[in-house]
Amino acid sequence: MTTKIVTARTNLPDSYRLSTYLENGGYQALRKALSMNPEDIQAEVVASGILGRGGAGFETGRKWSMLKQDPVRYLVVNGDESEPSTFKDHLLVEADPHQLIEGTLISAYAIGASMAFIYLRGEFALGLERVQSAINEAYAYGAIGRDIFGSGFSIDLVLQPGAGAYICGEETALIESLEGKRGYPRIKPPYFPAVIGLYGKPTIVNNVETMSNIPWIITNGGKAFASLGSGRSTGTRLFALSGDVAKPGNYELEMAASSFRDLIFSPELGAGLFPGRSVKAIIPGGVSAPWFGPEHLDLPLGQDEVAKAGSMLGSGSVIVIDDHSCAVRAAWRITKFFHRESCGQCTPCREGSGWIEKIMHRIEIGAGTESDLDLLLDVCDNIAPGLSWPPQQTTICVLGPSIPSSVVSAIKMFRDEFLIHIKEEGCPFVH
Amino acid sequence: MSFFTSENLERAQVLLGLYPEKRSALMPLCHLAQAQQGYLTKEAMEEIAKLLEIEPAEVFGTVSFYDMFHTEEVGKYLVSVCTNVACLLRGGLELLEHASDKLEVPVGGTTEDGLFTLEEVECVAHCDKAPCAQVNYRFFGPLGNDSFDQLVEDLRNDQLTDSVPPHGTLSRVFREAPSLVENEVIIAERVAMDQARQERQAAKDSNGGDSK
Repeated sequence: MTTKIVTARTNLPDSYRLSTYLENGGYQALRKALSMNPEDIQAEVVASGILGRGGAGFETGRKWSMLKQDPVRYLVVNGDESEPSTFKDHLLVEADPHQLIEGTLISAYAIGASMAFIYLRGEFALGLERVQSAINEAYAYGAIGRDIFGSGFSIDLVLQPGAGAYICGEETALIESLEGKRGYPRIKPPYFPAVIGLYGKPTIVNNVETMSNIPWIITNGGKAFASLGSGRSTGTRLFALSGDVAKPGNYELEMAASSFRDLIFSPELGAGLFPGRSVKAIIPGGVSAPWFGPEHLDLPLGQDEVAKAGSMLGSGSVIVIDDHSCAVRAAWRITKFFHRESCGQCTPCREGSGWIEKIMHRIEIGAGTESDLDLLLDVCDNIAPGLSWPPQQTTICVLGPSIPSSVVSAIKMFRDEFLIHIKEEGCPFVH
Repeated sequence: MSFFTSENLERAQVLLGLYPEKRSALMPLCHLAQAQQGYLTKEAMEEIAKLLEIEPAEVFGTVSFYDMFHTEEVGKYLVSVCTNVACLLRGGLELLEHASDKLEVPVGGTTEDGLFTLEEVECVAHCDKAPCAQVNYRFFGPLGNDSFDQLVEDLRNDQLTDSVPPHGTLSRVFREAPSLVENEVIIAERVAMDQARQERQAAKDSNGGDSK
C-alpha cells in the first residue's frame, strides 16, 4: 500500500472544510514550522529531494535557495493547470484547499516571502470557491494575517483567478498575468523569477501539488519523504490517467515504484483497457512529451527513468491510446491545441503551429499527399532544430519546441497509418 | 453614472486594495464586471481603466488575450465542450457535433432565445470524466448524447440554478478577510528575520571554525 500524502484526506466527507482539516491534523505542520528557523525548514525541503510537480521537475529546495534576499519578495503558487490531460491540481484545490494553503504558508515563512498568491485557472469555478472559502476560514482561524498563531510572523495570501490561457502556466507568463497584463512569457535571461519576478521583485513560483506536499514533509521530516521513491524521484506523485482506459482517474503512487503497466492495468488503478483492445501508444507527462509505444510499458514512473527513455514525466499525466483509436487524429488535435494557445510572440511557434495543424488536418480528412510527411518534419525542424529531445529552442518559452513532439512521434511510430490515410483518402478508424 | 452597482463598487474597492500594484486587480475586476452583466461592455472596461488609472486601450488589450473574457453578448449558459486529446479519444468531437445539433447553433453561436452559447474548448482538466463539458465553468461528465440532452433540459427548466449561476458569475465566494497587514509591519518583520538568520549563520560559521 502506497503512503498517501497529498490525497490522504481527499475522500473524507466535507474534506474541503476547515473543521475536517483540523480534525485530521490540519495546521499542526504550520505551528511546527513557525517554531523552527526558516533555514531549517528549507533544509528539510532540500533533504526531501522533492522535485517540482508542475512539469519541469526542478528541485524545489534548490529553487528556493536561488531566491535573492530582498525584504520584498513573493511566493506565487501556480494553479493554472492547463497541460492537456493533467487534472491532479483540479482534485487538490477542490478536495483539500487547506492543505494547499498550509503548504503555501509554510513555504512563505521558509523563504521569507512578504506576500503570497495562489493563481488558479479561471475555469476552476468550484476550485476558486473552495480555495476562497478556505482562505476566509484560515484568516478567521488565525493561520493567515497578522502574527500567525502568536509567532510574530505575518503574511497575506491572495487568490487570483486566471481567465483562460494555457500559456499562463509558464511561470513568467503567469507573473505577467498576475500583474494584470497579457500572458506573454518574458524574455530570458533572467532565467529565474527568483532574481526578477513579480513587480520586478524576487519571486518563487511553485506548483499546487508541490505546495500540497510541504505540510507532510514538515510533519514527517525530509528524510521520511526521501525514503519513498527511488533515485531523484522521491516521495509520491499524483498520476492523472486518461484516454482509452477502463478506470481513468488520479492515482497517488510512490514515485518510480510502479510502471506504466501497473498504472494502466492494476485492478485498483486503471483496471486495464476496454475488452479486446491493446495499447498502441502512451503519452506520458502531457501533450508536450514524445510518445511511447507498448515496449515502454514496463518503464518505472520516475523522473530520470522516463527522461532516459526519451520523453518526460512532465506534469504526471498519462494518456492511453488503444488500437481502435487513430494516431493521426490524436496528433492533429494536439497540434490544433498548440496553434490555439500559442501566445503569438515568436514566429516559429505562432506560424509553425498553424502550418502543422493545417497539414495534419488535411491528412486526417484524406486530402494529404505523401510529401506532406517530409513537409511536416521540415516545419517541425524549423521550430525545434534537429528534432532532438529535449528540444532545441528557437522561441522565448518552451511552448514552441513542444509542438513537434506529438507529430514527430506519430510519424516515427505510425508512418503506415499516415500512408493509409493518404492512400484511402480518409481516416480508416470509426469515430 | 458608474457602471458598477454600489455593491460591486465596494467589491471593486476591496480588490484594488489587495495588491502591491493596482493593475493586478485588472482580471478580477473584469470577472466582476462579467458577473454583473454577463459580458464586458466598452463602458465596463472604461470604468475599470479609470479605477486602475490606466488607459482603456490597456484594458481592451489585456482582455482580448483571454478566452474567458467576452466583449460580445453571451448566452445565459455558456456550454464549453472539450475536444482535446483525452476527450477526443472518448468521443469529444462527436459530443460537440451532437451539442450543435441539439442546441441548433453552430459552434460559437448563441441560441435565438439567448439561453445557450456553444463553444469548443481546450482541456479543462476533467479528463477522468471524458468526454466532458462545462456550463459556465461548472463541470459535467462523462457525457453521452442522452446525458447531454438531459443537461440541456435541466438547464432550460431551471433545475440547476443553484449549481450553475448565469454566465459571468465565476466564484460566488468573496474575500472576507480583514484588510492586509500593513506593508511597514511586514517589511520590519522580514528585515528582522533576515538579520536574525544572518546572525545564526555567522554564529554557526564561527562555531564550525572553532571545532575544526
